[in-house]
Amino acid sequence: MDAITRRRLLMLTPLAFAAAAGGGFWGLLMRMQEGSYDPHSLPSMLVGKPLPAFSLPGQPPSEGFSNLDVIAQGRPTLVNFFASWCIPCIEEAPTLMQLKDDGVAIWGIAYKDKADATAAFLQQHGNPYVRVARDEPGRVAIDFGLYGVPETYVVDRRGMVRLRWAGGVSDAVARGTIAPLLKSLAR
Amino acid sequence: MIRWAAAFVVVAALAGPVWAVSDPGEMLANPVLERRAEAIGEQLRCLVCQNESVEQSDADLARDLRRIIRQRVVAGQSNQQIIAWMTARYGDFIRLRPPLEARTLALWGAPVIALGVGGAVVLLARRRRPSAPPPLSAAERQRLMQLLD
Amino acid sequence: MTPELGHFALALAVAIAAAQAVLPLMGAHNRDARMMAAAPALAVGHLIALATSFGCLVWSGVVDDFSVFNVAENSSSTEPLVYRITGTWGNHEGSILLWCLILACCGCAVAAFGRNLPSSLRARVIGVLGFTSAGFLLYALTVSNPFLRVWPPPMDGQNINPLLQDPGLAIHPPVLYAGYVGFAIPFAFAIAALLEGRVDAAWGRWVRPWALGAWCLLTGGIALGSWWAYYELGWGGFWFWDPVENASLLPWLAGTALLHSAIVVEKREALKTWTVLLAIGTFSLSLCGTFMVRSGILNSVHSFASAPTRGVFILVLLAIVIGGSLLLFAMRAPVLAASGIFAPVSREGALVLNNVLLCSICAVVLTGTTYPLIAALLFNAALSVGPPYFHLTVVPLLVPLFAAMSVGPTLPWKRADLLPALLRLWWAAALAALVGIAVEAGLGRAFAAGGFAAAAWLITGAFAELVERVRLFRVPLAVTRARAAAQPLSVWGAAVAHAGMGITVAGIAGMSLATSTIVSVAPGSTVRLGGYEWTLLGLHDAPGPDYTARVADLRVTRDGRQVAMFHPSRRAFTQQQQTVSDTAIETNLVRDLYAVMGDERNGQVVLRLHVNYLAPWIWLGALVMAAGGGLSLADRRLRVGAPARRSAATVPA
Repeated sequence: MDAITRRRLLMLTPLAFAAAAGGGFWGLLMRMQEGSYDPHSLPSMLVGKPLPAFSLPGQPPSEGFSNLDVIAQGRPTLVNFFASWCIPCIEEAPTLMQLKDDGVAIWGIAYKDKADATAAFLQQHGNPYVRVARDEPGRVAIDFGLYGVPETYVVDRRGMVRLRWAGGVSDAVARGTIAPLLKSLAR
Repeated sequence: MIRWAAAFVVVAALAGPVWAVSDPGEMLANPVLERRAEAIGEQLRCLVCQNESVEQSDADLARDLRRIIRQRVVAGQSNQQIIAWMTARYGDFIRLRPPLEARTLALWGAPVIALGVGGAVVLLARRRRPSAPPPLSAAERQRLMQLLD
Repeated sequence: MTPELGHFALALAVAIAAAQAVLPLMGAHNRDARMMAAAPALAVGHLIALATSFGCLVWSGVVDDFSVFNVAENSSSTEPLVYRITGTWGNHEGSILLWCLILACCGCAVAAFGRNLPSSLRARVIGVLGFTSAGFLLYALTVSNPFLRVWPPPMDGQNINPLLQDPGLAIHPPVLYAGYVGFAIPFAFAIAALLEGRVDAAWGRWVRPWALGAWCLLTGGIALGSWWAYYELGWGGFWFWDPVENASLLPWLAGTALLHSAIVVEKREALKTWTVLLAIGTFSLSLCGTFMVRSGILNSVHSFASAPTRGVFILVLLAIVIGGSLLLFAMRAPVLAASGIFAPVSREGALVLNNVLLCSICAVVLTGTTYPLIAALLFNAALSVGPPYFHLTVVPLLVPLFAAMSVGPTLPWKRADLLPALLRLWWAAALAALVGIAVEAGLGRAFAAGGFAAAAWLITGAFAELVERVRLFRVPLAVTRARAAAQPLSVWGAAVAHAGMGITVAGIAGMSLATSTIVSVAPGSTVRLGGYEWTLLGLHDAPGPDYTARVADLRVTRDGRQVAMFHPSRRAFTQQQQTVSDTAIETNLVRDLYAVMGDERNGQVVLRLHVNYLAPWIWLGALVMAAGGGLSLADRRLRVGAPARRSAATVPA
């Protein structure tokens, strides 16, 4: 190989870098389009781990509950954080009601909400929850790694978290992601 | 070395105090502890306004996290323990200063790698080029002066 | 009607740009003088068409034509006129059009000021600019069209983000884009040189003014952006190493390296390959930076509402422009004849060191900015890289750079002795050490001590070359004065620019000493901070065009004398339902008094107060740097073969 060709190969390194960068950029764009990459979303640290230990007071007339109560059910459950001041929570309410009608157990936690505001919310948009607890200080939510409302956690019968869905649960998500997961966990 | 680096981080983080406008009641009475809490807060990313630190952000979650940091500082926990507590809940994403581990070696090694590559390019280029003639010795210089006169 | 005219003009611009791309390049290849001569005319035609198009978009905003989707999304009838005009580029489509407009201006600038260039080189440069323009105009016309209509038109627009209604926003994007796009000209020169197969001293001399001009504008643009964040966003800081900020810093670093590298090509015909690569690299970084942020793959505060589908078009465009130029580089660069020989210790050697350090810093910032993406792609991990990383990695690289900045210009070309050169700077080193020790002893703040020492070194060392040349204190004062007057402007320019960097470093060091406090006070109470007494006189309401404001009247006194009276406020924007704090800053150019208003509760209002020492110097230093660049530009020697008209001042776009 003569000197000029050797130099040409060396001079190709910037192009090689640029090509690799371009390929990476492309890969990320494709993943963004199909939804598997979102630079603003966080993966949950709880997935594959047991529910954090907590015990919360109830939203009257419901009793409060702890993580042990959720596990004691012995069946796959959804734990849903919501608030009356949160718009996506209003949007996901019908979907949650539908899930409840399909026999899914949903345990609700009202995040940083006043008791009467939560009561009004449940009155207006329906109550899909087996029990509703109140996390007014928001500390239990931090133990869950919450960074916005609403968030929904899919918990299996032994109390291990299997999925965290951040944001409102739409019908598509309920049908395509949550319901199949619950079914596989029920077996 | 590590302590020096840690001190550097604290000092670097203080290269400009930046806070959210929040409740003055949040601040700790002890200024040393308060500064330590601020330094920790400046190393954590606010997850709601994701381009501010927990110390700067006005978001509710940031306020809660600031409160937790201060409680733990007062309780005597070390910076490492507090950041580990945060990471256990939110993952490495919350750290504005990425951890040093196998998958971030290229990141933390970037300055050294860049300098190395730059140096290698320069050396390669020099080897290709014919080198400058060595400077004249005293005798040669004298001879040159004679010739020029 | 106007939007239709604008749309048509845009399509026309695409066609002319395509012609501008093809004809001159073919003409240069076939040595057809007529085709080459068509280049300037095509560039002018392109600009006229695009300016018309842009004017139509601005007009639509001014007259509140809400049938244009872009106007409906981003403007509103209650918005003041100024912001209706400047809001044109506050959104994605409008800013792309602005980008294209500036690119068209670049083509025209080369046509107008490049009459001294050989016709084949000029034709090639204009052709490459046309090629790039055509690509982006096609993007604007097809996927990112600002003239799309919405029917039926809404009653009122949705108003732009209230944070963007600010004079800073009016000038920051155009200046910044002028900087980004300005580097397209050195890029075009590099491609033209590669096509021609020749890089020589003349090329170096032609490229430098354009690179300088773009650099001055980019420096200004970055400083404006940082200053705007300081006074608008109200967190008391000025740089967060956010991806969009880094996206502007990367071409600046590469552009600075380019500027210095071009000197060596011009003076010594060495470093040709490196300079050509830097010219390509700087513009590539401009492109990548801007569009990576817009595509949405980066987690940045500066997000335009962009769709991934647009990202694909841009990616293909970038692949063609960047990939094509790097391929050309790989093929043609090896045959560029290298001549100038130099010893490792020499001015060329110092400039090589400068190149390596600047490019290393650039590489580090690039790595830090893109690492979250790499981690997501390779390890499926969510990592984030923030200011602590950049402080720990960039600062150690700055130390040798600052050291070299003062030593390098004093070294002679070809071969130098290092020790005498260092000894000549003893006074700068002594002053720096003195300052550093004084600050450390007096305040105990290591970062500030280091910063001030570096600043002293830079500012005094900046004038070292000049002092040498005028033989200060070694010859009579009259002789010194005569020598000083005879120095070429580029020597003054370099000194001023380096000193400007020192001023900025001093500003950053001073900022690290800032004191602040958060208090909750009722009207009538006084707070002590930084040696001043801050008194809240009262709170009152003040309506505005599209907001209602709650204003606090703050008086600051020192030893009984009034120093400042200013009014931080909180504005509630009715349409957007957003409340924004309006920071109040009172500056005397040496320290800033900074106040932000928070919530009101039980008759008390939360105030955050800062005393930021030397903060104004951060941006004044950048201004001085740009002024230094401007001085260099005014140097007669750079306007080689300029037309005989005396009044011609060659300041590129």
